[in-house]
Amino acid sequence: MVDTTSTKKPRIGVFVCHCGTNIAGSIDVKGLVEYAKTVPNVAFAQDYQYVCSTPGQKIITDAIEKEKLTGTVVAACSPRLHEPTFRTATKEGGLNQFRFEMANIREQGSWVHMHDRDAATDKAKDAVRIAVAKAALLQDLEPKAVPVEKAALVVGAGIAGMQAALDLANAGIKTYLVEKNPSIGGRMSQLDKTFPTLDCSQCILTPKMVDVGRAPNIELMTYSEIDAVEGYIGNFDVTIRKKARGVLSMAEAEAKGISGGGCNGCGDCEPVCPVIKPNPFEEGMKPRKAIYIYHPQVVPLLYTVDFDSCIKCNLCVTVCGDKKAIDLEMKDELIKVKVGTVILAIGFDIFPVENKREWGYKQFENVVTSLEFERLICASGPTGGHLIRPSDGKEPKRIGFVLCAGSRDNTGIGKPYCSRFCCMYSLKHAHQIIEKMPGAIPYIFYMDIRSFGKMYEEFYYRIQDEGAKFIRGRVANILEDPVTKNLHVYAEDTMLQRPMDMEMDLVVLAAAVQPAALTDKTRKLFGVSCSLDGWLLEAHPKLNPCGTTTAGVFLAGVCQGPKDIPDAVAQAEGAASAASIPIHRGEVELEPFFAQCIEEKCAGCGMCINLCPYQALSLVDKEAGKKVMQVTEAKCKGCGTCGAFCPGGAIWMQHFSTPQIVAQIDAFLLGGVK
Amino acid sequence: MADVKKPKILGILCNWCSYAGADLAGSARTQYPPDVRVVRVMCTGRVDPLFIMKAFTDGADGVLVSGCHFGDCHYLEGNYKSAKRMFLMKSLLKGIGMEDKRLRMTFVSASEGAKWAKVIEDVVNTINELGPSPLKEMTK
Repeated sequence: MVDTTSTKKPRIGVFVCHCGTNIAGSIDVKGLVEYAKTVPNVAFAQDYQYVCSTPGQKIITDAIEKEKLTGTVVAACSPRLHEPTFRTATKEGGLNQFRFEMANIREQGSWVHMHDRDAATDKAKDAVRIAVAKAALLQDLEPKAVPVEKAALVVGAGIAGMQAALDLANAGIKTYLVEKNPSIGGRMSQLDKTFPTLDCSQCILTPKMVDVGRAPNIELMTYSEIDAVEGYIGNFDVTIRKKARGVLSMAEAEAKGISGGGCNGCGDCEPVCPVIKPNPFEEGMKPRKAIYIYHPQVVPLLYTVDFDSCIKCNLCVTVCGDKKAIDLEMKDELIKVKVGTVILAIGFDIFPVENKREWGYKQFENVVTSLEFERLICASGPTGGHLIRPSDGKEPKRIGFVLCAGSRDNTGIGKPYCSRFCCMYSLKHAHQIIEKMPGAIPYIFYMDIRSFGKMYEEFYYRIQDEGAKFIRGRVANILEDPVTKNLHVYAEDTMLQRPMDMEMDLVVLAAAVQPAALTDKTRKLFGVSCSLDGWLLEAHPKLNPCGTTTAGVFLAGVCQGPKDIPDAVAQAEGAASAASIPIHRGEVELEPFFAQCIEEKCAGCGMCINLCPYQALSLVDKEAGKKVMQVTEAKCKGCGTCGAFCPGGAIWMQHFSTPQIVAQIDAFLLGGVK
Repeated sequence: MADVKKPKILGILCNWCSYAGADLAGSARTQYPPDVRVVRVMCTGRVDPLFIMKAFTDGADGVLVSGCHFGDCHYLEGNYKSAKRMFLMKSLLKGIGMEDKRLRMTFVSASEGAKWAKVIEDVVNTINELGPSPLKEMTK
């Protein structure tokens, strides 16, 4: 039986916050309190400097008892900020925590009408009246506790995703780690060295990759993508598409009854494959067969068939022989897992810097991106670590680095933000050139050198001392000498205030980073918002940088915004900690804003059933011939789409009921400031 | 004539996108006209056509319903369903001889504080141009 009545005669307490001068600076707080006392159902009204402070909350708890309040209204900041605080205070005062309503007079009041005190005060009065009208009709509700599945999902196995998965696994939580590429490791596995320590990237990465591969609590799913997500915190049902890899692992072969079979990474298949394509791991600078290994240190050690280019000649199948590891008829497989919490660590892509046509990328052979430079200088790269320029294979002597290539760009072509790590890796590149190629000079064209991290500024000084040339000026244009294929870099040296034309043998563009291609699809699957530039939106930029507005979904690494390796790892550890809390607690409390069926009014028409995106509603037999709608509370998320539609008004939305909202509308329009 | 300078406009905002976007405009101290009063719901899918009609019969000069962008709804598709209903409500308003511009649906995300301020300016300008609601005169 749904209780649609409020039994008690409402006595509402109104507490108005000054918030220092944040509110009191633009709103007549005293006048607001006096006004509140005249609003119907208000039994008590008081202002205080900071209602959220301990003494401020005590005013609420005391007033509830002394004034026998049935509900509270705090006129202060946004409910998105302090609703939990005042719900707790209301509960401590002896009322049900949901007998609280907030009037937002700061974010949507004093802060946006700073220069019109009268209008801001009038708006605040209306906001208080609207809130009191709702508070008078609020009911006791109990949060619903739901059990949390003791497993977690990490999407993306770059350094952030791997770290998060390792932490979760070490905390005793079963973790599914899903990676779209054939191997884990992410962008970091493409790098040669890392700044400022000059650690070999692979040397510090591979131990972690091996740990991930070995961890008994991690179920690694490479070459897989997220297909569908249902459910909510504690109970996410995730469908993972395991893309057809064309190659069986030893375990998979064993399961299929091929004893001793499966891919052991011997590599016999690769030389016989007749198909040659560019290798994306090497930024297209090296050939790759249609059956390939992603890079030499892959985890898991498995070959992969690129079905887009495979011509199914079966030569690889023949050479694989009794191992029977290759199955060219393999199909995608859908795997369903149930997890309690999710971490998104889906990384980034490189901005297509050819869009900035003035720098000539993809027009001139000797203009490369920094990631291409990483591969060219890396011992496992296409040239074995010998830096040569693409046009003639000669060793470059004058190498220009263009910083902010697409970052800090307000032309609409590039990105307005700073990509944060380009300054530092360009310094590292300059060091590598000086170290490996005596006589070669790196020229760094920069706007500012942003060396913000621990030991970063010291690294910058070191590179200056080593002889790299720094030119403060954004590169306007790059042109190619058609005979020598050398490049003319046109820039203004803003220190000397003169334009310059410098001839370079090779130019490296420190291209901006942008959200990975799958970001938009993935975030929509998990219901995560993005900021204006497309990076995933954290719950709070300062105080909840790992969380999202979707409970149980957390963020790690560059997908939340550009960051270097230490920051990505730190955020991953934070996200893993946050994601493990609900799992270790074992249950979470959900806001009980469920739909309820008022059975006397329900005609059993069933029109609401298909409106629900969560299949939370169903028709059940009540008595002879009468069907009524029934809500499965565990599935209902409280959006109210059904409640807005029911022709008979038979759906009662808890905490957002029709009488409550209509009372708010009436309070605004009929009970206005006279 | 009622006071044209102070139109009464009701804003019904979803919790996840538009309300957060309005909060962001506040944190950024983006100034905008003070004429819209806000009622928060979890999703624009909750907006019963009754609420719109109630607001107009109560004397509102305009109603703004604002939710997430299509594809961004916290509840998957509440904003689509709301948008459909708002189309219906607009034709209903026309049917009873009101300007359908008095009802507006917008899509403002949690990161679009500046857009929120523009939306409010635009809505207030539109309502000011239209003047007081004819329904208000009739129900007087």
